[in-house]
Amino acid sequence: MYKSFLIKYAEIAIKGKNRYLFEDALVGQIKYALRAAEGEFAVRRLQGRIYVDALSDYDYDEVIEALSRVFGIVGICPVVLAEDEGFDKLAEDVIAYMDSVYPDKRMTFKVNARRARKNYPMNSMELNAALGEKILDAFPEIKVDVHHPSVLLCVEIREKINIYSTEIKGPGGMPVGTNGRAMLLLSGGIDSPVAGYMIAKRGVAIDATYFHAPPYTSERAKQKVVDLAKILSAYAGPVRLHVVNFTEIQLYIYEKCPHEELTILMRRYMMRIAEHFAGENKCLGLVTGESIGQVASQTMQSLAATDAVCRMPVYRPLIGFDKSEIIEISEKIGAYETSIQPFEDCCTIFVAKHPVTKPNLNVIERSEQRLCEKIDRLVQTAVETAEHIRVAAEEG
Amino acid sequence: MKAYLDNAATTKCRKSAADLMMRLLTEDYGNPSSLHGMGAAAEDYVKEARKKIAKTLKAEEKEIVFTSGGTESNNLAVFGSVEANKRAGNHIITTSIEHASVFLPMKRLEEMGYRVTYLPVDASGVILPDALLDALSEETILVSLIQVNNEIGSVQPIRKAAEMIRKKAPQAVFHVDAIQAYGKFVIHPKKLGVDLLSVSGHKICGPKGSGFLYVRDRTKIKPVILGGGQQKGMRSGTENVPAIAALSEAVQKTYEDFERKTERMYQLREYFIREVTKIAGVTINGAAGKDAAPHIVSINAEGVRSEVLLHSLEEQGVYVSAGSACSSNKPAASRTLLAIGLKKELLETAVRFSFCQDTTKEEIDYALECLAKIIPFRRKFTRK
Repeated sequence: MYKSFLIKYAEIAIKGKNRYLFEDALVGQIKYALRAAEGEFAVRRLQGRIYVDALSDYDYDEVIEALSRVFGIVGICPVVLAEDEGFDKLAEDVIAYMDSVYPDKRMTFKVNARRARKNYPMNSMELNAALGEKILDAFPEIKVDVHHPSVLLCVEIREKINIYSTEIKGPGGMPVGTNGRAMLLLSGGIDSPVAGYMIAKRGVAIDATYFHAPPYTSERAKQKVVDLAKILSAYAGPVRLHVVNFTEIQLYIYEKCPHEELTILMRRYMMRIAEHFAGENKCLGLVTGESIGQVASQTMQSLAATDAVCRMPVYRPLIGFDKSEIIEISEKIGAYETSIQPFEDCCTIFVAKHPVTKPNLNVIERSEQRLCEKIDRLVQTAVETAEHIRVAAEEG
Repeated sequence: MKAYLDNAATTKCRKSAADLMMRLLTEDYGNPSSLHGMGAAAEDYVKEARKKIAKTLKAEEKEIVFTSGGTESNNLAVFGSVEANKRAGNHIITTSIEHASVFLPMKRLEEMGYRVTYLPVDASGVILPDALLDALSEETILVSLIQVNNEIGSVQPIRKAAEMIRKKAPQAVFHVDAIQAYGKFVIHPKKLGVDLLSVSGHKICGPKGSGFLYVRDRTKIKPVILGGGQQKGMRSGTENVPAIAALSEAVQKTYEDFERKTERMYQLREYFIREVTKIAGVTINGAAGKDAAPHIVSINAEGVRSEVLLHSLEEQGVYVSAGSACSSNKPAASRTLLAIGLKKELLETAVRFSFCQDTTKEEIDYALECLAKIIPFRRKFTRK
């Protein structure tokens, strides 16, 4: 019965003169998300509101699911839009609405009318009373409860009259693209896709860098990361994925440096390379899935040692999360099943039994000196041979 | 250059088989159960296929039950024979190196209350006949042996086993998983004393989704797939006519000029083993010579993990299988390699090379050349 959805958004309404930028971004993201749903839709802005109109048959659940992925949306209200043809017609429409949405009338309700168009002959209070009475007359089992109604029927008098009583919670946050772009270091694990999701939630568009180490890692491990980027792109919009062959760098560090420092040294080079692509792609920061103390390379000392090579800020949205909390979000966004596929990733292939947990920056920097002969050239080659893949959510 | 040496995983379908399949999908696509002429034509293809296949086994046509492949054949053999003979006893004998499509049904039967004996194997992957003799009893209702092990190519003494079964447990059904054996050996189940024999089509240049179970006449077995009663009720479901016909085409081609082709595979295998073991730190799992299957060689390159060697070879266009699917977070050592007592540090290194009748010496030389380069290089970088 619904042909339209009223999209509610909160934070962006307060952004003053920038408001149109935010609304435009939100409209854009809604259109992108709706590609995953079958059918044709129009998204329009009207008097500070956004409406999604279905122009063809569509699957209700599919549309709700797609809209639930759009950051910036606080609520999704399936709405009936009626022409203003006088109060009697409005009462008829409201009764028809209640009848079809709530087949079982043993419930309580309250009318919440709002006269946004001030030239309407009745005011909000009058409308509440008059419509309530009409509904009570039409359905003898129904009762009014103004304090805790089981159904809150909203009737808004605008250019068209909006009738709705359901609000599905949106993901909140801000529309992607309103807060710049960041470079996510994406591995095949559980954490980094969640970190990407969290940063995207704050309106940040995403580029991602993935390091693989053929023949130590397989084509399938890479495919897994492409799949994760695709899952992420359902929320974050299209993701540019930069795939870097890290093998030569890794083997060179292995040959030249103390084994227990391998991971930390590798990560420093990963940060440098990711920052290079970040610069090329107008990113304003790096994003990782690290959380303090989770593994040896994520102690405060290790994080400091990797940060030391970055000029850009490094954002770590999961820094205070426990693994179980991260897994919960991973499951919610549909990444978990993909993340746990057991493929070797490049961080684990040569991992030391006892890696340093409290690296001393001076020591690490001295170790890096041993690489000076070839490392710049290897990094250069890794950058030049990187593969760049544009990943976008699939169309419905 | 490319060398596909993973023929124990699957083979390239013969062109003539694929062409036939295409024709039966798009032109003569009748259902053998239909009463009209198109149905009869389809039925003829199935009959003809049965005849060709039966001939290679010196079997009767009615003894061939077409299935969707090796896994279904093994499941039907194990579950079907146990179900039909459950009143005769509750003991089953198999080996510790079966393929999962026998091993997991056995595990299920254990859950259901059957007692299963898993025969140990020696270092070359062969059961000790005495152990079988000891295990056989009047309670035994099924003996299931994998004729050629899929990972190391070891061959079980089928004839000897059959003799022991006939002597000590004549009531038992004898099933042979011949998925890696059929097309590599001449197998005459009746003469051997085998009741059930599983075969897969795509291991012998036939299409995937094809296979059969040989069921010796008067063997007590019940179907596991029930439905429209096709194939005399032994395996319901519309016959996969295109796959069945293509399978029989592949079978016929495989057994043409068979001895010469098999001899050639043995020579290639011997050559490969001789050359590959010249590389330092490379050893072979299973036996050399005619005691093993002609198409499977399992090697260990000490200090180089299976997957690394596999992907390094892949970079050079050489396609093989890893012995054990291991990764740092999920070690899954192969039951076969554990059973032959492979040293712990070699468990993660096994790589399988497998040939088909069309494998060339050039392909093998190329693979050897790649191995000689890759193994010493990759060995420098090991997990410490």
